[in-house]
Amino acid sequence: MAKITYIQFDGTENVVDVKTGLSIMEGAVKNNVPGIDADCGGACACATCHCYVDEAWLDKTGEKSAMEESMLDFAANVEPNSRLSCQIKVSDELDGLIVRLPESQY
Amino acid sequence: MSDLHAHVVIIGAGHAGGTLAALLRQLGHTGQITLIGDEPIPPYQRPPLSKAWLKGEADAESLALRPLEFYEGANIDFRPNVRAQKLERAARKVLLSDGSELTYDALVLATGARAIALPIPGADLEGVLFLRTAADAEALKAAVGPGKRLAVVGGGYIGLEVAASGRALGAEVVVLERETRLLARVACETLSTFFRDYHEQHGVTFELGASVVGFEGMGGHITGVTLADGRTIACDAAVVGVGAHPNDELAADSGLETARGVVVDLEARTSDPHVFAIGDVAHRPMPIYGRMFRMESVPNALEQAKQAASAITGRAPPPGEVPWQWSDQYDLKLQIAGYAFDVDEIVVRGDPTSGKFAVFHLNGDQLQSVEAINSPPEFMMGRQLIGARKRIDKAKLADPAVSMKEVAA
Repeated sequence: MAKITYIQFDGTENVVDVKTGLSIMEGAVKNNVPGIDADCGGACACATCHCYVDEAWLDKTGEKSAMEESMLDFAANVEPNSRLSCQIKVSDELDGLIVRLPESQY
Repeated sequence: MSDLHAHVVIIGAGHAGGTLAALLRQLGHTGQITLIGDEPIPPYQRPPLSKAWLKGEADAESLALRPLEFYEGANIDFRPNVRAQKLERAARKVLLSDGSELTYDALVLATGARAIALPIPGADLEGVLFLRTAADAEALKAAVGPGKRLAVVGGGYIGLEVAASGRALGAEVVVLERETRLLARVACETLSTFFRDYHEQHGVTFELGASVVGFEGMGGHITGVTLADGRTIACDAAVVGVGAHPNDELAADSGLETARGVVVDLEARTSDPHVFAIGDVAHRPMPIYGRMFRMESVPNALEQAKQAASAITGRAPPPGEVPWQWSDQYDLKLQIAGYAFDVDEIVVRGDPTSGKFAVFHLNGDQLQSVEAINSPPEFMMGRQLIGARKRIDKAKLADPAVSMKEVAA
């Protein structure tokens, strides 16, 4: 279990407990946190679960796969700390993680 | 009608209905929300049923869109194992299979589609399976395994995904397709050939141009599939994936306009302003193609859930979308954007034998759709180009050395 903070584009914070093994995307969807569409349910096929990982957590959230990199390359408003939240798995190490959500997933 | 206190009744607890209920709460709807489903479990994702779930890589908990507790916590009255029997629109009332009735301010039909059954002898034998619901998937999972012989009737996306998962589980798989090529209704020849070759390399056998006329059985269980040419293909189970039919009877019986699907506008509203229809059951406008049609995909279910949620809570509709869908087979990721309407030219980018290529469908110099195999840039950029209705330079598009960003520039 890890406490994850999702910060909406308008500054609203949602703090939820996410079970180890779920993805950051699943943590948002299952708790009805807005801002993550996740059209494909985690198949890395749509880039609608885009988030910005807080700089302090970049090391712990791991590397992007080639597929993720390639999808993100064409998403809107991409920054160096952009990730697809379906590709980050929750572990105890990520307890306290902060991610920010873009204004739109398109 | 945008009353945040309205009682919204959603008929159908699939991906569309479940998403709508959650979205309404996200958008500040405070009125009663009742979600009726005819399955025993809360809304779940169907796409993994033929893929990760069948292969044992996903469980019931990960399939669920949201946990059961969510609905209670969000004050959504989720009622499983119940069907809507009759819609009385004048009284704004729905009669349910448990004998109760509900009065609504807004009604949303999210009744989905059902797998088409083959009206042939032996169709009721044990081991003749479909893949639509979690219960169907459970039965299929029990029927495939090392050494088991699985016959897949229908060479569409569902059939091919089941074939790939069946092989991963060690089953012998034969795909029986009535047309002379796979994916005949939904994809071009290049893709059909590519998928046939790829599946054959993974040990799947094909019978193309094969008309299935019956199922044979012994002791009530299937033993084979009979073809029109008299041959029998022996099997331990058969899964029928020959398309789906919209569950639009409730709407049609109540006098709502239907056209193989419930006819709706861009707000997902039917011919009755108090009734909406979303997801697989809806026959909806698609402005970028200037026509109306019915789609069976998760992105469509989500888009229409957004349309209905916006209309019910009095918000502007979402910006128009480019429809898309995906399929996973073996290590292949197929991503499709748009639909190939009025196509007069096909451009293939990349070499199919490399397992990484994209097929672009054009009308004049306008992109209508793209099918991308292991090619996210082609899919992502193609999808944007379809939406932009921009002139395409076909020579650049056909040259993989020219990046998709340059193609779009």
